[in-house]
Amino acid sequence: MTGCRLAPPLLLTREAMKVELREIRKYFGPVRANDGISLTVEPGTIHGLLGENGAGKTTLMKVLSGYLTPDGGRVLLDGKEGLFSSPAQAIGKGIGMLHQDPLDFPPLKVVDNFLFGRDSGFLQKREEARKELLELSGRFGFTLEPEAYVNTLTVGERQQLEIVRLLSLGVEVLIFDEPTTGISAPQKVTLFATLCRLAQEEGKSVIFVSHKLEEVLELCSEVTVLRRGKVAGQMAMPCTSEELVRLMFGQVITTRVAEEVSLGDPVLELRGLGVHTYRLDLSPVSLKVRSGEVIGLAGLEGSGQRLLLRACAGLIKPSRGSIFLRGEDMSGKSYQKFLDAGVAYLPAGRLEEGLIPGLNLAEHFVLARRGKASFFINWALARRDAGRKIEEFNIIGNPSTRVEGLSGGNQQRALLALLPDSLRLLLLEHPTRGLDVESALWVWDRLLERREEGTVILFTSTDLDEILERSDRILVFSGGKMLEILDAKRTNVEQLGYLIGGKRG
Amino acid sequence: MTYSQRLVNLLLGLAPIALALIFSTLVLVAAGAPPLEAYKHLLQGASESPAKIADVLVVWVPLVLCSAGLLFTFTAGLWNIGVEGQIIFGVIFATWVARNIYLPAILLLPLMIVAGMIGGALWGLLAGTLKVYGGVHEIFAGLGLNFVAITTNIWLIAKPWRPELGATMQGTDPFQPAAWLPRLAGLRLSPVSLLLALMAVVVVFFILRGTLWGLQLKAIGKNVRSAYLLGIATNRHMLLSFALCGALAGLAGVVQVSGVWGRDIPQISGGIGYLALLVTMLSGFRALGVAPVALFFAAIGVGAARLHLRMQLDPSLAGVLEAGLVLSVLLVAGLRARLLMPREG
Repeated sequence: MTGCRLAPPLLLTREAMKVELREIRKYFGPVRANDGISLTVEPGTIHGLLGENGAGKTTLMKVLSGYLTPDGGRVLLDGKEGLFSSPAQAIGKGIGMLHQDPLDFPPLKVVDNFLFGRDSGFLQKREEARKELLELSGRFGFTLEPEAYVNTLTVGERQQLEIVRLLSLGVEVLIFDEPTTGISAPQKVTLFATLCRLAQEEGKSVIFVSHKLEEVLELCSEVTVLRRGKVAGQMAMPCTSEELVRLMFGQVITTRVAEEVSLGDPVLELRGLGVHTYRLDLSPVSLKVRSGEVIGLAGLEGSGQRLLLRACAGLIKPSRGSIFLRGEDMSGKSYQKFLDAGVAYLPAGRLEEGLIPGLNLAEHFVLARRGKASFFINWALARRDAGRKIEEFNIIGNPSTRVEGLSGGNQQRALLALLPDSLRLLLLEHPTRGLDVESALWVWDRLLERREEGTVILFTSTDLDEILERSDRILVFSGGKMLEILDAKRTNVEQLGYLIGGKRG
Repeated sequence: MTYSQRLVNLLLGLAPIALALIFSTLVLVAAGAPPLEAYKHLLQGASESPAKIADVLVVWVPLVLCSAGLLFTFTAGLWNIGVEGQIIFGVIFATWVARNIYLPAILLLPLMIVAGMIGGALWGLLAGTLKVYGGVHEIFAGLGLNFVAITTNIWLIAKPWRPELGATMQGTDPFQPAAWLPRLAGLRLSPVSLLLALMAVVVVFFILRGTLWGLQLKAIGKNVRSAYLLGIATNRHMLLSFALCGALAGLAGVVQVSGVWGRDIPQISGGIGYLALLVTMLSGFRALGVAPVALFFAAIGVGAARLHLRMQLDPSLAGVLEAGLVLSVLLVAGLRARLLMPREG
């Protein structure tokens, strides 16, 4: 892949918009998410916004796009005041944002989603919309089928839909919040090409929010680095990744190499395990895993990895085949029985299926002590225990902090802290999704400790490097089939990428 | 917290009361009554004599019992609209015992209480089962079962339990004396019922605050999927919350037949099940808030009877005033969330 920052600027039909943020402040209680941030996005460029989790990137962009009202500061668009009280208003003035998780309506059709946000009177002009959708997506080389249902699309396709929707609404500035999480390698290539096109040919100003250095280096012409709610520095490209790392963390960090672990007795055995759902069938999978082994599940999102994990967790009943845990047939047993057998499942949606918004950390730790907790809660003791766990897992918060007030990285730490002490089988969905380098390393250190204790780890990830680096064996999924079992040491990114994308081009 | 935030909080705390007063004043003016005089009658009607205060407490007891029960289901995130039916099944079970079993009061009354609580619990459990295993939303299950319960009670009074003499729809014959809760001299108030209501509040408070089960219920109410993944038996807990709520509603039914009326009548529940929903919401779903709020509601209800006598205003005005207060509180809470909390997409 090549970047676009060296390509010559083309003649623009229209002057692009210049965005200036001046001394933006936004506090959430005691947390200073944005503490006087100023930055300028030059018209027709891709401006990178880099920073670790909780640095304040998303908050700043939500202020710009009208989702959040700042506590102080100004927004200037081409020198004119531009502080909005709603996203609709912001879009009207030409600012559109693609959120980290697509904010579309999955049970509806593509063309219906395309129509949202449009002020075209009471009656929908579907036919017109359909034409415009096809025209716009054709211009960018997208293949969006107007009558397809959104819940059949991949995350990457949903992004494409959102891009053409915002363009059709006439936005001049597009904000992309961590757009490469959850999309495949080929989709990433398309996305980057689109971003370049938007900036250079369509004359849009693009703000690219990421915590991934290499993406920013490749794509942006200028980058602003945030650290703890403040601007840590601004760099014009080209610059080195070391310089950016120093700005992000204030230090240079190095990757620790995983130690060799000798594998023990068989723990998990799948015999022709198949799952049937109304959306996707998982074809029979047979697999034997020994204690201490780490298995990476690779594939485009929605290719069956999640079904396999959930079946192994006892959350969905297999339609055929069986699951053995240390020789015991677990097929048809309840989720509770799986938990009792030492199985744990960490889903990707941390606040949807893991933590309980509204409850604090101490309450979570009490709840997680399945069976071992007494009927009457000793709150003083519970808070002390929680305090210890918080320290041990390096969570920024205290026992009475509600989980929804934690940053993504700290939520992941909390989830790991909630796991029981001894586990046989740990199933993880995207264990480091949305985490910065430092937090991701920390998470894997914890997981590798588990593995040294003999826990079997199965995880999914869209980051092929992560899969290659962390797994012993790799299962490749495509369209509900497990295509192949690979030895991680004898595989490289190109091979893996080819296998994953192979079926879908 | 800064000074200005504190001021905003104070103003927002007083706002619902002001709003409710404005609303009720408008209603009174529309009804053609001088508002100040009406408020005076309302207050006096609820407090001028020991008998009036006792009347207020007579309403307060079942209201508190039902509201305390509702705390279980609300904590679990469930809208248990079926309290009215659960009261009635408590009444039916207790009435059956009172009519068919002859024992000294010291044995008969506890038996009626247990029977009534079982009756309410079973009816609650039925709504819960429809919800948990049948996929019927608890609001519809509760509403449907309320109609069934009311009709069942009317049928029982009109057919199998019809008095030998006289009209059919008045109610059953008075119970045997042993089936009456002991009352204070000359009043309809039973000290036993008062004690039961206070105990219910205290017990519910400690269960929800100090026990693992209470915390698990809270977890289910806030996010049932996460709760399930954490290993909480969500279905069982939800069913149990329905059963416990039903048991307390059934107890309220026992108090109604055995302490207030001494027989079963068609309007035995008198809408208390619905009023309790408002009480619980107004208390902010807190056990300690239930007692004072229920007292306030009971006072309005009793005071409104006097409005009827003195100013020819329909007693249903009490319901209008109570509903106005609840709506004001919910409205201000909604506004507070908009004004003070960070706005998120």
